[in-house]
Amino acid sequence: MLNVDNVSVRYGDKEVLSRLQVRVEPGQWWMIAGPNGAGKSTLISAISQGVPYTGKIAVLGRDARDYNAGELARQVGVLSQHHASGYAFTVREVIALGRYAYRTGFFKNGDAEGEERILEAMAATGLTELGERNILTLSGGEMQRVFLAQALAQQPALLMLDEPANHLDLIYQRQLFALIGDWLKTPGRAVISVVHDLMLAKHYGTHALLLREGKTIAAGETAAVLTRQNLFAAYGMDVFAWMQDLLSEWRE
Amino acid sequence: MTQKTNRREGFPWYGWAAGSVLTLLVALLCVCAGSVPLPMGDTLAVIGRAIRGVPVSEGLPKSIILSIRLPRVLCAGLSGAALALCGAAMQGLLRNPLADGSTLGVSSGGALGAALAIVLGISIPGLPLAASTGMAMLFAFGSLMIILTVAYAMDHSLATQTIILIGVIFSMLSSALLSLLIAFSGEKLRSITFWTMGSLSGRSYTHVLILLFGLLVCGGVLLSQEAELNAFAVGEENARHVGVPVRRVKMRVMIAASALIGICVSVGGSIGFVGLIVPHMVRLVTGPNHRKMLPTTVFSGAIFLMLTDLMARTVLSPIELPIGVVTSLIGAVMFVSIFYRSRKGGRGVC
Repeated sequence: MLNVDNVSVRYGDKEVLSRLQVRVEPGQWWMIAGPNGAGKSTLISAISQGVPYTGKIAVLGRDARDYNAGELARQVGVLSQHHASGYAFTVREVIALGRYAYRTGFFKNGDAEGEERILEAMAATGLTELGERNILTLSGGEMQRVFLAQALAQQPALLMLDEPANHLDLIYQRQLFALIGDWLKTPGRAVISVVHDLMLAKHYGTHALLLREGKTIAAGETAAVLTRQNLFAAYGMDVFAWMQDLLSEWRE
Repeated sequence: MTQKTNRREGFPWYGWAAGSVLTLLVALLCVCAGSVPLPMGDTLAVIGRAIRGVPVSEGLPKSIILSIRLPRVLCAGLSGAALALCGAAMQGLLRNPLADGSTLGVSSGGALGAALAIVLGISIPGLPLAASTGMAMLFAFGSLMIILTVAYAMDHSLATQTIILIGVIFSMLSSALLSLLIAFSGEKLRSITFWTMGSLSGRSYTHVLILLFGLLVCGGVLLSQEAELNAFAVGEENARHVGVPVRRVKMRVMIAASALIGICVSVGGSIGFVGLIVPHMVRLVTGPNHRKMLPTTVFSGAIFLMLTDLMARTVLSPIELPIGVVTSLIGAVMFVSIFYRSRKGGRGVC
């Protein structure tokens, strides 16, 4: 479904991603982890054609550079880390933007399935009741759900989430990850998410990519990647022991 | 509450119809009102006969209606629609409610271009106003490019304050160069008031046609970008994620908006703040969705500038105020209000 082949990204003199190799197949949920500045969000940007890169990224067997913006949006949905609108759009209006790539006509207002997909996305994210709310009045968590609904309305095959648990309380984190898990059950879909919480990564991810300073520390099945040695190599500290310590305080 | 209704996106036909009727009624009122008031029925009859090609009896009413007021009111309406539309489009594109031809320095850049064409005697045979209009369009676009390039170099996020600051500096520079040009141009240029404060006095049907052409072409381009502007107004990165070809759309909107501002400036000088005031008022009623907001802005802009022009020529009659004085008085207050609210609230504006 997605093949990242020898991809490097430079910002000026600094190489932020170095010769990255990842192959994502349908049904897989890849968790990208690593310390700040490891290049996690840059990888998401490169796949969504937001930054220039060397190497090759293929989406569904076709070079991502050959897609036009609309074609790519129909295959790849992205939930960004930061959301900020300067204007008082309604929740529904923002979610409806997810149908942009499907709209036809001079004024881009033709989309036979649009209404149905928008309502589905709103229902899936628990936003049906908030359709007419001004997005400037939403909490961070509600805002995150609005943009997730927008990405779902795009009906992508690949969903990329950049730190999706940001701004979410524990209840919504659990709901969000369960929702993504359900979404992934439909054949032909895959998920990539950038996460800081390694417990979430281990529990929900089928695969993981561990990065440090733009380089791959380990990539593959979650259990094989999130090991004590690999985490030490990525974070420069004994993450494993620290997490065990933390968890021990929760034993009844 | 589930939303089962199949919503129609876009501006309804009855909205276009109501807007057109209201705009025409205001235009008729503006033709009738003035230092010499004219009865509405007679005015309508004169205009009707002229449109049908039926001879109109010579006299003061005919000359006032057809030679003086009608072209002026039409120029005011078309300029108002165009300037307001450009302001709304730039505010959506830059996600910045303070973006406008006058606050960004695009209008003064366009005025400099038009004045330069007149002073240097640049002309196109057979098309008397084409050179100054073309230069105004070119300079307006060049100004926008310079302002955004400098602002981007200073601040990659293109923050409101940076753009406005660069725009103000650029506007001052253009105005200084324009003043210099006028000082050395002898009789070639009209007064500095025309270029800095704007005036629609003495405009002809040629000007009406230039504005109409500009509004149909450039305004059509801007109106066709409603969906894209909605995406930009939410965020440029988000726009890319939902499939908007951001670079292409950005160039398209910038070229269309600056060209249209250039045309307006070449006809009526720099009439400031129309693109700031009207979209702000309209957004309060329609919300920020460009599908409703842009068409409403077109009609509201036309009505606003026709009424402002009426005020400028009647309030201190027989003295005529430069139209830009009236728009700037309203605009300056609104600018401070929007800026204060966006800074204080930190959560954007309507």
